[in-house]
Amino acid sequence: MLKEVGKYFIFLGNLFVRREKYRIYHKLVFDECMLIGIDSIFLFVLVSTFMGAVTTVQTAYNMVAPYIPDYVISQVVREMTVLELAPTVMAIIFAGKVGSSMASGIGTMRITEQIDAIEVMGINSITYLVLPKIVASVIMFPILVIVSGVCSMMGGYLIGIITNIISPQDYIYGIRFMFNPFTITFALIKAFVFGFLVSSISS
Amino acid sequence: MIEVQNISKSFGDKQILKSVSGTFEKGKSNLIIGASGTGKSVLLKCIVELVIPDEGIVTYDKRNFTQGDKKLKTAVRRDIGMLFQGGALFDSMTVGENVRFPLELLAIMPKDEKDDRVNFCLQRVGLKNANKKMPSELSGGMRKRVGIARAIVNNPKYLFCDEPNSGLDPQTSILIDDLIEDITEDYDMTTVVVTHDMNSVIGIGHKIIFIYQGQKLWEGSKDEITHSGVKELDDFVFANKAMNSLREK
Repeated sequence: MLKEVGKYFIFLGNLFVRREKYRIYHKLVFDECMLIGIDSIFLFVLVSTFMGAVTTVQTAYNMVAPYIPDYVISQVVREMTVLELAPTVMAIIFAGKVGSSMASGIGTMRITEQIDAIEVMGINSITYLVLPKIVASVIMFPILVIVSGVCSMMGGYLIGIITNIISPQDYIYGIRFMFNPFTITFALIKAFVFGFLVSSISS
Repeated sequence: MIEVQNISKSFGDKQILKSVSGTFEKGKSNLIIGASGTGKSVLLKCIVELVIPDEGIVTYDKRNFTQGDKKLKTAVRRDIGMLFQGGALFDSMTVGENVRFPLELLAIMPKDEKDDRVNFCLQRVGLKNANKKMPSELSGGMRKRVGIARAIVNNPKYLFCDEPNSGLDPQTSILIDDLIEDITEDYDMTTVVVTHDMNSVIGIGHKIIFIYQGQKLWEGSKDEITHSGVKELDDFVFANKAMNSLREK
């Protein structure tokens, strides 16, 4: 176990040695951002919308006490989705979709000797192949988490209105009630860390 | 010239190479031959340090590659071109982009000059109009030729070929062998070819090293190989029916 952890840190150390020119990485990072971010956005929107909807429905049906105001439903949805579910559940989806794609892509390159071809040219394959993926992940995953948070609250809003669980006014009031902006910062810190871990471990 | 001194390599308990030494001469096709699983490819990978040898020294034109610092290793590597068994082309790039790849990363030259160099190399390997094709659209022989074009695009001093004929028909094999020989002579490169194809040995084997069970058993030229007097080499050379019938004649 310790040996594997050691290997991981040596691998991270190798990310920043023998780099090529920066202009080469611009294009690679941009391409990876498109692959990681834009290609995943539909899945994230879909899952997040349903996640928000389900959270709203479950919260509403489990709040049986009549003295609890309706807007608490959307307040709970906000706290749960933005702070916990958007970064964490999306990280699981991110690992499943993007992480597995990274691992299989690099694995294929290894067995078809493409990585050897890069190494033999005197290019650091770790820096060339992995660094752009990690940079793109730490840029795109927080953006995906923001999209996920918005879609979750929108999903909750829609299901709330369709099923008449909560009025639009109450929902909007609850979303804004006692809002602490640090929640967003905290979610983005989580997203940054998860983005880094998923991409570096998968690579 | 490349000099290899006492290279040994083990994977776990299994020793693959046992103190192999030899020299690979400039302007010649140097062949490493032997049966499958004897350590030919491992030796080649040890020479370019894709596999780190346990012991031994590799010297490129008196530059000690094994004990050199990172700067020296990078400098030597940039003088190396390598053709891999399956071509090792980047699947997501076109043929033109594959050949251009080393230039984009390593060469400092204007864009037009890079284009000209890519076109020249593709023309040199007989694939003038293949720039826009994807590797998946190419045959095995074409992939190898693109691999050669990519290997020579940066004007390397040393060319390494790992089984350039594997999986190819005899005619295409001869084409690839001739190409390797022509390029070696034209650019005065030190070429090292790993093969177990006797047609290649007879065709381009200016200097041959025979590896048997991880050891160098014989060294010589294609003219000497048929009367080496080494039983293991004779078994390897005359295992082929065509070669055997030649001996009987």
